[in-house]
Amino acid sequence: MAEKLKGTFDVHKAASLMNELRSSFNTGRTRSYEWRVAQLQSIAKLVDEREKEILHALYTDLSKPECEAFVSEISMTKASCKLALKELKRWMKPEKAKTSMATFPSSAEIVSEPFGVVLIISTWNYPLLLSLDPVIGAIAAGNVVVLKPSEISPATSSLLAKLLEEYVDNSAIRVVEGAVAETSALLEQKWDKIFYIGSTRVGRIVMAAAAKQLTPVILELGGKCPAVVDPNVNLQVAARRIIAGKWACNNGQACIAPDYVITTKAFAQKLIDAMKNELEVFFGNDPMESKDLSRIVNSNHFARLKKMLDEEEVSSKIVHGGQWDEKRLKIAPTILLDVPEETILMKEEIFGPLLPIHTVDKLKESFDVIKSKSKPLAAYLFTNRKEVKKAFVENISAGGILINDTVLHLTVPTLPFGGVGDSGMGSYHGKFSFDAFSHKKAVLYRSFAGDATARYPPYTPKKLRLLKALINGGIFGIILALLGRTKN
Amino acid sequence: MDEAEKKKMFDVDSAALLVKELRANFGSGKTKSYGWRVSQMKNIIKMIEDHENDFVEALRSDLSKPELESFVFEIAMLKASCKLALKELKSWMKPERVKTSLAAFPSSAEIMSEPLGVVLVISAWNYPLLLSLDPVLGAIAAGNAVVLKPSEIAPATSSLLKKLLGEYLDSSAIRVVEGAVPETSALLEQKWDKIFYTGNGRVGRIVMAAAAKHLTPVLLELGGKCPVVVDSGINLKVATRRIIAGKWGCNNGQACISPDYIITTKEYAPKLVDSLKTELESFYGKDPLETKDLSRIVNASHFARLSKLLDEDKVSDKIVHGGQRDKAQLKIGPTILLDVPHDSLIMNEEIFGPLLPILTVDKVEESFEFINSRTKALAAYIFTNNRKLKEEFVRAVSAGGLVINDTTLHLAVPTLPFGGVGESGLGSYHGKFSFDAFSHKKAVLYRTFAGDAPARYPPYTQGNLKLLKALMEGSVFGIIRALFGW
Repeated sequence: MAEKLKGTFDVHKAASLMNELRSSFNTGRTRSYEWRVAQLQSIAKLVDEREKEILHALYTDLSKPECEAFVSEISMTKASCKLALKELKRWMKPEKAKTSMATFPSSAEIVSEPFGVVLIISTWNYPLLLSLDPVIGAIAAGNVVVLKPSEISPATSSLLAKLLEEYVDNSAIRVVEGAVAETSALLEQKWDKIFYIGSTRVGRIVMAAAAKQLTPVILELGGKCPAVVDPNVNLQVAARRIIAGKWACNNGQACIAPDYVITTKAFAQKLIDAMKNELEVFFGNDPMESKDLSRIVNSNHFARLKKMLDEEEVSSKIVHGGQWDEKRLKIAPTILLDVPEETILMKEEIFGPLLPIHTVDKLKESFDVIKSKSKPLAAYLFTNRKEVKKAFVENISAGGILINDTVLHLTVPTLPFGGVGDSGMGSYHGKFSFDAFSHKKAVLYRSFAGDATARYPPYTPKKLRLLKALINGGIFGIILALLGRTKN
Repeated sequence: MDEAEKKKMFDVDSAALLVKELRANFGSGKTKSYGWRVSQMKNIIKMIEDHENDFVEALRSDLSKPELESFVFEIAMLKASCKLALKELKSWMKPERVKTSLAAFPSSAEIMSEPLGVVLVISAWNYPLLLSLDPVLGAIAAGNAVVLKPSEIAPATSSLLKKLLGEYLDSSAIRVVEGAVPETSALLEQKWDKIFYTGNGRVGRIVMAAAAKHLTPVLLELGGKCPVVVDSGINLKVATRRIIAGKWGCNNGQACISPDYIITTKEYAPKLVDSLKTELESFYGKDPLETKDLSRIVNASHFARLSKLLDEDKVSDKIVHGGQRDKAQLKIGPTILLDVPHDSLIMNEEIFGPLLPILTVDKVEESFEFINSRTKALAAYIFTNNRKLKEEFVRAVSAGGLVINDTTLHLAVPTLPFGGVGESGLGSYHGKFSFDAFSHKKAVLYRTFAGDAPARYPPYTQGNLKLLKALMEGSVFGIIRALFGW
C-alpha cells in the first residue's frame, strides 16, 4: 500500500518498511529473470495504458506541452523499458574473465548481483521519467526498490503512487510520498544503494546520510551548462538547437538545458538576432500566450528567477524578452548580454527561461570562463572547426559533451549519463543503469589439482625464485627457476 | 629545510596549500600526457628494483614480514601491476566508440576517460607497500595528481615511501604526507576529486562523511569476516594448505581477505582440525613461536585486542590448537578454536590475526544462512567438489569476491574487480578497474548541422507529434507514414 498519509511517515514507519522489504528481498523473488521481466512489462503497460492520465498530471504539475511530455517523458520511459527487456538476459549473464598463469589452473567470472533494497529519490522537472527510469534500472538489476517522488510535482507523485500500486509487485516496489520529513526518515535507514536526482545542496545531505551506513550513492545533480558558439556556424540550426535545449526542455528547467552561452563580441549580435527570429517562429509574437512552453513550476521558483532578473546591473542587460506574469507563473524567453560575473544569475544554476550571453574577445577564452565555474552536467559547443572541437573535448570537463547540438546525448543509451565534481557522481541509462544497481562480484574457480607447493612455508630461496617467476608470468623465468637459476 | 621547519605540524593550512599547489600543477596539463604517465610508472618499477632490499627491511621492521611474503605479495605484485599498466595504458586511454541510435542520427559518440584531478590515497599498515603504491599507480595511470598518506602504524615503510617517492617521482604532482589522525583530518578537510581509502569500516564512515561535504566520490576498501565453508569429499590436504596459506601465510592473518572463520559439518570438523594441525606443523614446525616464516602481530595494541578475543569467557576453553603467546615478541601461535559461541567477540569482530574459529553445522547448506545473517565480507571461500553446492554458494552468498577451492588468490587476477560490498566497501580496483576508478567517463556526442528534424521544434502540431512518436518508437514504417503526413 502506498504510504499516502503525509506527516505520519516517520522513522519508525520507515524502519518497519525497510524490514518488510528486506524480508521480501531475502525470499529471492526479485532475482529471477521472470520476475524482472514481468515488472518491466508492467511498467511499459502502465505508461502505455495510462498515457492520458500521465499527460494530464504533467500538465497540472508543470503545464508541460503534450508533445514535450510525450517525447521527453513517456517515450523515453518506454524506450528504457524496451531496451532493458531486450537486453536483460545478456546483462544478467556472468562475464567471463581471463585468468593468468599465476593462478593456473583456474577460471574466473564477474557475476552481477542486486545490491538489495535501494532508495530512489526523484525530482520534479521530469517527474515521470526521472522516477521510472532509475526504477527500471533497479528492477532490471533485481533489487527491491522504494521510490520517493518529488512533492513539488504532486499530481505526478500521487499518480505514480496509485499506478505503481496497481501495476507492479507491491511486495518489492513501493512509493513513499512526502517532503523533507519523510525523506529524512527514509535517509536514516540502511539502504544498499541510494539514487538521488536534484540539487547539489541536498546531494551533500544525501551522501552524508549514506556515509553513516556506508551506502553507495549515485547523485545526479546540476550546474551551469555552457553553450559555446563559434562564429561561422550554421546559425539558424545552432540557434534552433539552443532554443530546443533551453526553452523546449521544460522552459529551461532541466539539468542539461544550456544555462548560458559564450560567444565572441563580434558574433554576439548575429547570434542574438538569429535567436530572436527562431524564438518568434517557435513561440510566436507573444510567448506569454504560447501553449508550447512549460510554466515556471511554482511561486518559489518564480520568485527565485525574478530575483535574478531584478538584481542591479542585470535588468539593464536584457536584450530580448523579460516579460513576466506572476499569477500565471510565466516568464518569457529572455536573453541577456554580458551580465556581470558577480551576479546571482551568473553564479547559480538558472533552471529557468533566462539565457545570459557572455562575450569574449577570442573564442578560446571561453574555456577559462567555463573552468572558473564548477564542472557542469553537460557542456555544448557549436563549431565547424576540427581543432576547436578537439580542444574542447580534451580540455573541458563535464558529465557529458555535445558538439553541435544540445541535450540529445540523453537519448543515446550507450552513453553513460551522469555528472562529475559538483554535478554528481555515478551514471546511468542503458546498461549503465543495470550496472549502477548491481554489485559486480568477482568469482574465481580453482581445482584441487595443480597445487604449487612453492607457495607454502617453510620458505626457501628456491621457492622464492619459483614464485617470483610465476608471478611475473614469464615462461623463461619459470623454467630458469625450476632449474634453480635466476636471471640475475 | 631546518629542524624547526621539519617539525612544523601538517595542519589544515598546510593541507590547503598542498592541494592548491597540486591543483595548479594538474591544471597545467602535464599529468594528462601519455609520456608523463609512462615515465612515472617506469620510475616506480625502477624505485622498487633499486631498493628491493630496503623495502624488505622496512617490512621486516614494521611487521616482521618474512622475506618471501614481502617479495611475492608486495614487491612482485606491485611490479606486475606496473607492467600491466605500462602494457595496456595506450588501450585504456583510448576513447571508446559507442553505437548511436536512430533518434540522434546522424551522429557519432564515444566515451572518453579523463583524470578526475587531484586525488587522495589513504593506505593501510598490513601491506603498506602494495596498498600504497597499487592505488597510486592507478591514479597516475589515469592521469591524476596524487597525495599518498601511508599508515603511521607501519612507520618504516611510511618514511621510506616518503623518501623514495620524493626521489624517483615527479613531486610537482605526486606527494607523500606522513602522519596520523591530525594530518589525515587536515587532508580530509580539503576538496579532493577522489578519495581512495583502505582500512576499517569505522574510519571508512569518517572518510565518506568528510567526502560528502565536497561531493567527493570515494572508493573504500574495508574489511569483514571472510568465511570459509568446508564440505566433505574434498582433497583435504590441499584444502588445508590453502586455508593455512590464506590465513597465516598472509601476514599472519592480518589481511583483509584472510579466511576469518571456518564453517564445516559436525561430522567433518575433527578431520579438518587434524589436517590443520598436521599441515601447520609441516609449515611452521613444532614451535611456531620460533619460526621465521610468520609475521608478528603488528603492535602491542593489536596484541592486546587479540588477547582479549582469546581470553573471553566461553572462548578460551574452545581452543583446540595453539593459543601460545609471547607478549614481548608480539607473537601468538596459530590458534584454532572449535564452536565458540556465536555472540562472542571473536565471532563479531574482524579477527585480523592468527586465530581461526571453526563453527559446525549439521548440514553444510546451513552455512550459507549463517553467512548471510552477517554483514557482507570482502571475500568468501568454499571448498567442495559438489557442483550444485558451488552453484548455490555463488548464487546465494554475497561478498566482494568469491573463490572456490582456494583462498585469497583472486587478488592476483587483474581481470577481476577487487573490492567490497555493503560493510566491506564500495568501488573496486586492480588492472583496468584501477584506471577506471580514477577516471571520469565523459560521454561525448558529435552531431553535424545536417539532418535537422524540424518535427523536434515548436510550434507543436499533431503532425510533429506523430512523427516524433514514430521516430521514438523506431518503426521505419511509422516514420515513412508520418513523413507523408499520416
